[in-house]
Amino acid sequence: MAIVLNQTQEMLRDSALAFLRESAPVAMLRKLRDTRDETGFSIQLWKDFAGLGFAGVLIPEQYGGSELGVVEAGVLMEALGRTLAPTPFFSTALLGASLISRCGSEAQKAKLLPAIAAGKHLTALAIDESAAHRPERQALRGAQQDGGYVLNGAKVFVIDGHIADTLIVVGRTSGDTADPDGITLFLVPRGSDGVDIERTVMADARNAARVRFRDVRVDAGAVLGRVGGGAAMLDQVLDIARAALASELVGIADEAFERTLQYLKERRQFGNIIGEFQALQHRAAHLFSEIEITRAAVLRSQQLLDESPAQPVALVSAAKARAGSTATLAVQEGVQMHGGIGMTDEFEIGFYMKRACAAQTLLGDTHFHAHRWATLRGY
Amino acid sequence: MDDLETFRQEVRAWLEAQCPSEMRQPVRNEDDICWGGRKFRFQSEAQRLWLTRMGEKGWTVPEWPREYGGGGLSREQAKVLRQEMQALGCRVPLQSFGIWMLGPALLKFGTEQQKREHLPRIARGEIRWCQGYSEPNAGSDLASLQTRADERGDHFVVNGQKVWTSYADKADWIFCLVRTDFAAQKHTGISFLLFDMETPGVSTRPIVLISGKSPFCETFFDDVVVPRGNLVGEPNGGWTIAKYLLTHEREMISAIGSRGQRPPMGRLARDTLGQNERGEVDAPMLRAQIATFEIDEVAFGLAGERAVDLARQGEGIAAFSSVLKYYGAELNKRRYELLMSIGGSEALEWESERSQDGATARGWLRSKANSIEGGTSEVQLNIVAKRLLGLPGA
Repeated sequence: MAIVLNQTQEMLRDSALAFLRESAPVAMLRKLRDTRDETGFSIQLWKDFAGLGFAGVLIPEQYGGSELGVVEAGVLMEALGRTLAPTPFFSTALLGASLISRCGSEAQKAKLLPAIAAGKHLTALAIDESAAHRPERQALRGAQQDGGYVLNGAKVFVIDGHIADTLIVVGRTSGDTADPDGITLFLVPRGSDGVDIERTVMADARNAARVRFRDVRVDAGAVLGRVGGGAAMLDQVLDIARAALASELVGIADEAFERTLQYLKERRQFGNIIGEFQALQHRAAHLFSEIEITRAAVLRSQQLLDESPAQPVALVSAAKARAGSTATLAVQEGVQMHGGIGMTDEFEIGFYMKRACAAQTLLGDTHFHAHRWATLRGY
Repeated sequence: MDDLETFRQEVRAWLEAQCPSEMRQPVRNEDDICWGGRKFRFQSEAQRLWLTRMGEKGWTVPEWPREYGGGGLSREQAKVLRQEMQALGCRVPLQSFGIWMLGPALLKFGTEQQKREHLPRIARGEIRWCQGYSEPNAGSDLASLQTRADERGDHFVVNGQKVWTSYADKADWIFCLVRTDFAAQKHTGISFLLFDMETPGVSTRPIVLISGKSPFCETFFDDVVVPRGNLVGEPNGGWTIAKYLLTHEREMISAIGSRGQRPPMGRLARDTLGQNERGEVDAPMLRAQIATFEIDEVAFGLAGERAVDLARQGEGIAAFSSVLKYYGAELNKRRYELLMSIGGSEALEWESERSQDGATARGWLRSKANSIEGGTSEVQLNIVAKRLLGLPGA
């Protein structure tokens, strides 16, 4: 398959970007941050986004979704990266929708997916237990009791956890913390007894939460997928989300680069526009090369996920690793080349720097994925 | 079954029948590579046979038109051929500057007679070409070259000196940039000439490099008579051809990073350095660098593929070859630095049979030229800044 977007995907990209530039410029994120908005994103924006079919990008048509693929999800994430539009797309349309579509029972799918696709139901994946992303280490216990389960444990960096209707909780029904078997996923309504949520406003002005589970009772119908078989399901869905985050990082890198390039062509010092200086030209040309090379790896990893949904794709780690380092370089060069104004809160380039760091950290940073690449390649 | 799949099966059957088993072994060293030409000595009968068979089929240059000795294949078919050759482990039957550089330029700028004279002989590996571009005072600033060609009725008389002429001592013919108008601006007084290296007045002298090898020569021209019919394109229009051909050279150098079936570096490191109880290379800092390298390598390969795909749908950008040249050259240098680290003291052996006469060390030193030849990395960045990013000056 050619490593390019097809015409439909290009149209999706253009329409999503046009919509987001119009309805959710960086100023929207700034306003939500400055007013300490309790939701952290615009509910209306999310409903409009859903109205365009974007919330259901990974949901089958029979459940009200648009049933597109990972490439299309990446196209949307790239647009979100360019505009920094605050939406629950990652938590709900990517993670929640793909977990429920792939592992859910008929009843779970029928109940949740149409509501997600319509922008009326939000989910949050509670997976990380430490500040470092270590998905293979899960200590939260799900003890069997009275035909149901009792959950005890704590999660961090639960994206949109303070506002989600349903928490998708990664727990352990057997084995030790590092055991690959025994991981089970639970659907837990946010308001359940014993669920304690602390909203954690992050550097990028997005939402996350620390969530404690104290004797939280759920019935057997709350189990998502197979009891004890959660690790394999998670692997696939985490890879979809990682590949999509890589797209977001490409969008961030691209936008930061374009803005910086524009500045290089306008700003004058020493009687010249600064873009005439070779020291800056070479750094800009290097950054451009990194972005284009990353773009190819990210797109191909998404195509592979669409082609063989059940295969582990090492390229996803390559894509996420490169996207993380490329975006980091892009925002650093962005701030540096803008000089003093790049350090001001009034200017928008700093928003890209903060979001790049958060997206880099989410579901494994460059180091995590380089390590994972080496492991998957047998060394 | 679609046409391409039928074609694939035919290709596979033909390769299985026609490719000698010796030619399905990995290339061991430089001597196993067939460059063709009048002076070439085949390493084996199998090597000769493989070149002959592929040459007759036109598959040494699969996408060139059949009337010029090519295979007349579409891009998709040529890709199928490459894939099937890789799957069977078939060696490339012939590589040459004629295929990579001169051929594409002649196809675009040559006269009918020039195409008929030169292309089939390139395709069959009968004539080996070298490139007369750089001069002692024209490196990165190539257009300031001073080798002159004076017009004398039906011929030119060429005088001057070239340097870094790859394999000039082994080549049969040269494609050469010469100055034909000294009054014009530097880019507009250059012409593109072809001539036989056995013409009286041509002499070469190999240059010993830091690798101890001599892939490059100095080449001298002393009243060399070249027929007027050997001028390619318009008089004083050589720079356009030179740039076109440099694009191909850049693609070739950038492809060095991905050519051939070498073992993945990570596994080489594991086998050489051993592994810990988790199955990881027992040198964590090196392992991390190798992983980063491999990730960049695979991404770079995909970017090259994407550039071809974009070109196919008419969205290619010629200057993008500078991105690939820049990145591929730096990547290959990183590869060899890591190979030297993995190899340790063994990689430093220079003459032993065990080390194949210092193949790793010599390759490491050779790789340093990647970011100099075909336009330095700095020149590539200038091109990217100017042509792709629209930054001024440079």
